[in-house]
Amino acid sequence: MKTYHQLIMTMGAALMLASCGQQNQNSNGALSSSAAEKVYIAPGEQDEFYAFLSGGYSGNLTVYGLPSGRMFKEIPVFSQFPTSGYGYSEETVPMLNTSHGFVPWDDAHHPDISQTNGELDGRWIFINGNNTPRIARIDLSTFETAEIIEVPNSAGNHSSSFITENTEYVVAGTRFSVPVPQRDISISEYKGNFKGALTFISVAPEDGAMDIKFQLLMPGFNYDLSHPGRGKSHGWFFFTTYNTEEANSLLEVNASQNDKDFIAAINWKKIEEYVNNGGGTKMPANYAHNVYDEHSHTGTSTIKKEVLTVDPTEVPGAVYFLPTPKSPHGCDVDPSGQYIIGNGKLSADLTVHSFDKMIAAIEGEKFDGEAYGIPILKFEDVLAGQVKSGGLGPLHTEFDGQGNAYTTFFISSEVVKWKLGTWEVIDRKPTYYSVGHLMIPGGNSRKPYGKYVVAMNKITKDRYLPTGPEMEHSAQLYDISGDKMELIYDFPTHGEPHYAAGCPAELLAPKSQKIYRLDENKHPYAVTSVDGAKVVRDGNEVHVYMSTIRSHFTPDNIEGIKVGDKVYFHITNHEQDFDVPHGFAILGQNSSELLVMPGQTKTSVWEPKQVGVWPFYCTDFCSALHQEMQGYVRVSPANSDTELKWSLGE
Amino acid sequence: MTCPLYLQIEKQPSTKKPLQFVTFKSRKMKKASLLMIVGPLFLLGLYVFPLWNIMLGAPQYPDPLGLNIHISGLKGVSEFDIQNIDGLNHYIGMHTLPKPEDMWEFSTFPIVVGSMVVLGVLIGLLGYFKKLSYKWFIGWFVLMSIMGILGMYDFNEWLVDYGTNLDPNAIMKLTNPDGSPMTYKPPLLGHVKMLNFDVTSMPATGGWLMFVGMMLTLIAGYLGWKNTKKL
Repeated sequence: MKTYHQLIMTMGAALMLASCGQQNQNSNGALSSSAAEKVYIAPGEQDEFYAFLSGGYSGNLTVYGLPSGRMFKEIPVFSQFPTSGYGYSEETVPMLNTSHGFVPWDDAHHPDISQTNGELDGRWIFINGNNTPRIARIDLSTFETAEIIEVPNSAGNHSSSFITENTEYVVAGTRFSVPVPQRDISISEYKGNFKGALTFISVAPEDGAMDIKFQLLMPGFNYDLSHPGRGKSHGWFFFTTYNTEEANSLLEVNASQNDKDFIAAINWKKIEEYVNNGGGTKMPANYAHNVYDEHSHTGTSTIKKEVLTVDPTEVPGAVYFLPTPKSPHGCDVDPSGQYIIGNGKLSADLTVHSFDKMIAAIEGEKFDGEAYGIPILKFEDVLAGQVKSGGLGPLHTEFDGQGNAYTTFFISSEVVKWKLGTWEVIDRKPTYYSVGHLMIPGGNSRKPYGKYVVAMNKITKDRYLPTGPEMEHSAQLYDISGDKMELIYDFPTHGEPHYAAGCPAELLAPKSQKIYRLDENKHPYAVTSVDGAKVVRDGNEVHVYMSTIRSHFTPDNIEGIKVGDKVYFHITNHEQDFDVPHGFAILGQNSSELLVMPGQTKTSVWEPKQVGVWPFYCTDFCSALHQEMQGYVRVSPANSDTELKWSLGE
Repeated sequence: MTCPLYLQIEKQPSTKKPLQFVTFKSRKMKKASLLMIVGPLFLLGLYVFPLWNIMLGAPQYPDPLGLNIHISGLKGVSEFDIQNIDGLNHYIGMHTLPKPEDMWEFSTFPIVVGSMVVLGVLIGLLGYFKKLSYKWFIGWFVLMSIMGILGMYDFNEWLVDYGTNLDPNAIMKLTNPDGSPMTYKPPLLGHVKMLNFDVTSMPATGGWLMFVGMMLTLIAGYLGWKNTKKL
């Protein structure tokens, strides 16, 4: 009898275990496998989208694939990058020049891809440096920084770098207002004396060259974020503001007093016309314009001394304020150009303004007073609707092109999907944790590709294996092709991504450059044929014209260098084969290595301080004989008369 | 509605049967001659398209390197392929690929091909005007075939030299399992696995055009022969 019971109990337990196991397998297994299938890119396959995530305080721009979340490249923009020598090589040091001298770092925030007729065209991507105000243009065939322009009269270049729908302008607004022009005054004189510069930088259609067309000197508020009008609202630009209180201390309290701040609506076409007709005031300024030439592989920095400023009160009908509750942060415009969304970061609700209503209110001259001579429209007159989200701390909104909007909520840590026009909430999904921006490829255009949304979070905590107090940020990927959002992936990101920009892979992949042509290399110190390799002394400057090919340097033995010399190694990579870079490093170099792409020339300066024979080598495992790719430089005492000579294979 | 006069004449029953037979016979020879004129013209493709192609794929070359063999010289399938093949081959001591001026073949072949085209067209024309018999068509074909075989033989000789005449100071001197030095002759036709490379050698567009042209002349010869048999 006892045995019988035991048997039954054992069988029962076994049954329960078995059924439990099976249940788990069914519920989790099916779900996770479908999410896995959605993000799985099999070995050898490629992603559907490019995603460019700003690096935040890394100063750079990172390139990812979606849906895999794999990182492909870090493009150095505002920060020195020893991996390639960017900001260390003689050619790229000028790219980081500013009116404050060499600034080897910045805080990169909001990338935006160039557009034609409101659709992504994939020629360039722009990104702002927040700290020492700069805008960079990155070429999307070389994926390298092509141009950086400093923005004068700006401070905290945050409501940047958003582009108009034909890439007429890349726009840079100041977050911090400052005295314009800068001068020595008491901080307490902020009110009325500080200005907020909104800068419209023209982009040449043929080569992307940037030039400041005009700066609009606005009242001394904080201009937080911005977006261009599109479609019907093309020609306008919208900026959220906070600190309309014009506080200069303890802003977390003092700038949160007004129930409503503003969205500034700028009719830039009107101002452009005013400027083209000779309007505006030329003001002395001091800002750097750095251009990288792809053929000479060299950057040059020019300091500009003048900027055209515009007083908004001088151009009637060009600037209006739209009252918007609760210190709005993100300022987003839907793909049709009709709705302007103010994400009131201290509230639960979103305020949506109507472009048509705004125009009607302007035409009806229904003003609710003015601020510094700029008309304020009545809140009720421009309001299209409010999204009662139930979330807290809305920051940014993107669109899927299907009539839906997706807003991030920092405080309640979630993405909320809602419907344009009815303002009803359709779905909400948590993020991990405290999401900032989100990105739908093409989200800032007339034609979003509403398949995925990437949420970029500020807090990581327990999402990955712990790595001490400091860790990378985290991003989540949601499938938004259905009615409900589905969290399908979670991946770490580099630096602190703020905004991102994405586009279909086929827009960029086919034109991504494989090599630089050696026969188009116009670098003044390039060695385009191996016979040209030489060493030339000019006083205590020595120029080494060196070439590389698998697997040797020409020359690889150099004698006659002396302590105190300044030795320029100009390295030209003679390969014309895809993905065969050569590196260069020499013992005691006070900078970084060089990583030289096929057909390219880069220069590193070496100032030997000790007598001896010092090796240099290729730092990139270029070939089977990579370990043999090395050479020696003999350094003699400063007063020696060792003959200058160089050789290979002797 | 009245018919044009010449049609009315045609409609009339013919009574000259032997004449009709002659017309039939000469039409057939004319057809053969036209083929004989057109066939050699296909060889002109060799001045534009490569005769032969050798592709070299490897794990690190997902887009294979390729060599197009034209009658006037070697060209890379992609712009820098020759330079890159030479760069890789220097490790195993192979000589660089010949420039047009390095081999007599590249100056001679265009002349030979041109001459054969002229000769073939001339034979075709003379056949058309009944100055020559179909035997000349076959004669041209046989001559062309002999030259082709000689060309292939010569090409293979070069491949042997290219693949076996190695620099004694080569960086990598590899041996076969039996201890003999490894050589790298690409195949004349077909596929061979050579170290990390898959080497495939096939006729290319120009070669195929030449083949079609030669077949046309063979058909011309055949039609001419059949025609005479009926006589």
